[in-house]
Amino acid sequence: MFELFVNAVVAGVLLGGFYAAVALGLSIVFGRLDIVNIAHPAFVIIGSYVAFIMNERYMFDPILSGLIFLPVFFLLGVGMYRFYYVCFERTGQESLSGLAYFFGIMFIIEVLLILYYGVDYRNVQAPYIGETLFLGFLGLPYRMLVPFITATILTGLVYLYLSKTFLGRAILAVSQDRLALQLMGADPVKVKQWAFGIGIATAAVAGALLIIIQPIEPSVGRLYIGRVFAIVILGGMGSISGTFFAALIIGIAESLVATFIGPSWAPAVAFGLLLVTLAVRPQGLFGRAG
Amino acid sequence: MSEEILSVKDLTKRFGGFTALDAVNVSLSGRERLGLIGPNGSGKTTLINCISGALVNEQGSVIFRGQEVTGLKASKRARLGIIRSFQIPRPFRSMSIIENLLIPMEYAASERKEHGQLRDQAMEFLELVGLNDRADENSSNLTQIDLRRLELARALSAKPSLLLSDESMAGLSSSEVDEILDILLALNERGVAVIMIEHIMRAVMKFSERIVVLDAGKKIADGSPDEIVNNPDVERAYLGE
Amino acid sequence: MKLNRFWVGIVVVFLAGLAFTKIADNEFYFYAIYAVLQLMVMGIAWNILGGFTGYVNFGAGGFFAAGAYTTVFLHKALDGPPLLVAVVVAPIVCGLIGLGIGYLTLRLRGVYFAIATLAVAIILETLVINWEYVGGAGGYYFLIPEEIPFFDSYVEWLFTVILVITLFAIVVSRYLNSSRIGQGLAAIRDDELAAECMGVPTLKLKLISTTVMGALMGMAGAPFPYFITFVEPVSTFSLLIAVNAIAVPMIGGTMTWVGPVVGAIVLGSIQEIVTVSISSELNMLIVGVVLVGFITLAPQGITGVYRDFRDKRRRRNE
Repeated sequence: MFELFVNAVVAGVLLGGFYAAVALGLSIVFGRLDIVNIAHPAFVIIGSYVAFIMNERYMFDPILSGLIFLPVFFLLGVGMYRFYYVCFERTGQESLSGLAYFFGIMFIIEVLLILYYGVDYRNVQAPYIGETLFLGFLGLPYRMLVPFITATILTGLVYLYLSKTFLGRAILAVSQDRLALQLMGADPVKVKQWAFGIGIATAAVAGALLIIIQPIEPSVGRLYIGRVFAIVILGGMGSISGTFFAALIIGIAESLVATFIGPSWAPAVAFGLLLVTLAVRPQGLFGRAG
Repeated sequence: MSEEILSVKDLTKRFGGFTALDAVNVSLSGRERLGLIGPNGSGKTTLINCISGALVNEQGSVIFRGQEVTGLKASKRARLGIIRSFQIPRPFRSMSIIENLLIPMEYAASERKEHGQLRDQAMEFLELVGLNDRADENSSNLTQIDLRRLELARALSAKPSLLLSDESMAGLSSSEVDEILDILLALNERGVAVIMIEHIMRAVMKFSERIVVLDAGKKIADGSPDEIVNNPDVERAYLGE
Repeated sequence: MKLNRFWVGIVVVFLAGLAFTKIADNEFYFYAIYAVLQLMVMGIAWNILGGFTGYVNFGAGGFFAAGAYTTVFLHKALDGPPLLVAVVVAPIVCGLIGLGIGYLTLRLRGVYFAIATLAVAIILETLVINWEYVGGAGGYYFLIPEEIPFFDSYVEWLFTVILVITLFAIVVSRYLNSSRIGQGLAAIRDDELAAECMGVPTLKLKLISTTVMGALMGMAGAPFPYFITFVEPVSTFSLLIAVNAIAVPMIGGTMTWVGPVVGAIVLGSIQEIVTVSISSELNMLIVGVVLVGFITLAPQGITGVYRDFRDKRRRRNE
């Protein structure tokens, strides 16, 4: 029983680390830029399909594909923001239309994927998938461990980037004081563009990790909407470290529920935690005050 | 009328670790014209927000006409007669000018209804600010001065006993400032107490019967305009040490 | 007088619908029009909270399915009660769900409410999948009665029911639009803080709006099990329902009750044609593209564009 519990918790930690990679992009875009990109998980799924194609046709390792396509996703993010800015932010109509816009985009992406690839599950082949590392009674499947390590590195890199580089700090500042930013010589629109690009770029890697962990089909993204929003809100809206720890919490909670209650209840865990957070402590566990 | 209409006692408001208002005491009698001044960031708008209910204070109380209103929602306070206008005008953009006035008439002033058509009464308020010939125009494309006029007309149609006017003259020309001042004075004639936040000193001096000065969340002076002008603490607050 | 014209119109449409059931002999018409009317109710309901009040609901599928599964539950628990029982109970259940979500999240920004609606939809779906009593993931079969008084077939009766529900939704929506409550909702939509400071009890009105929306969506879902005869969670909680609920007012116009009526007729017709002649996946793609197209290019919808055109022409003639 104890062993089952510990394994469930550890599995949850590994899962949570991966969730952090998925939520990272949204943490920047929603947490910092206040853009509700509900389509973020759909971009992650695109990343998964890219990894799938590269793996099936050219035998590329999925993580390698993710890294190769980083710049492509970055440019995609920049483009999406420009479009969003021109249509919505500039005219001040963010609230109703902006939300519905990203919802429509998410839907279109899902339908396009269904049209091209159908609803069959897809997965990738890699030498480490299927093997498990055993430490005593702890079983660490490589298909969870490798994404966990990659996700942690990715989170660390993003954290360092945002806190150490000029552009990174500009991103942190743009949500708080546009005017000061302009006076410092940085164009808020370009900064936001860059930030959105980074957000979508992380989706490329997160998608590759996703397809390592589980087989995917177009509607999988929707299950992740609740998870990523729960993580971003629970983690305090834009705090990278908060996002990481909130992701671990969600991962562990889901793992425990799946192990002791039943796997078909797992999707409700993140959404349920999200509702509770919104009702009780909307600034999250690690949130900024005020 | 010299009975007290508003009493703010030991009001404290914090934002996380930052104390925006520190045990502020202000009182106002019915029909009084109070100017509220102080350097930027001294807490003037925060005080207005706490009186009107847009923010909730941590400590202290706000008593309006003998009734404790601390903790009441802003809409409830509006219905009791505390009305504020906004520093940056906030019209209801999908509505026409006159429709903007119908909202407070239907809601804030719902217990102070008079006989007759609401639209006719709204037109009276529009006449007071000079917007009556554009009553059916959409409110989203007005000039700054017209927006200010609309903001005041809307506040008027809520039939307030206390009007909190937040920098309603910022950015206006000298003659436009006089216009707004006249509207506020006319309002006061009708029996409305006014607290005015303003940076334009000549307007404050002309309008106020009494002035309260805030600095870094604390009240540092409270007296007639002449007393304030000659107060060394006030001078220091504005010019620095 | 405009009021009388409206009510006359309502009665005429109802009588025409009844007459249609007697005249038409091809059942396909009833299925097709049922789908359009269902869209219309969902669009009208969504618009009450979305267009009138300015709060986006992504979880329309959840409310709709809650209505449908209320019918399923009643059918099993009360051993096949008449449809009208479900039509009365479902809105109560779904109205309460709407009230609940609203109470939890409407004190926060609209964004959080929107996400919460999505969360509730998925949680409800998970609940239903794990609830064997109403069929769980496997689904639930509905046997519809052979004989029904006055009508030639059961689908004609369903058609009449959904027609009445639609007319009811129009009446409710129009009332909210033109009443004092509607003015308050519009003020909330335009500037919630200013509305609150002008005496509008924003939380109370938002809760009313959410509850009415939930109730109407539940009503739309109540006859669905009888219509589709096999109810299972995935298609009943479908995202397409949520997207349609948003697309209908976005296409038709969000400012008044007329918009969703226009939008449902336009979108419903397109969907019928595409689904039948090409494929249902392509239909979904078209709905998505049309939604995004209208959001970015014509957010005021067809009725908004028409109103602008009419105003411009009037100004030119002055």
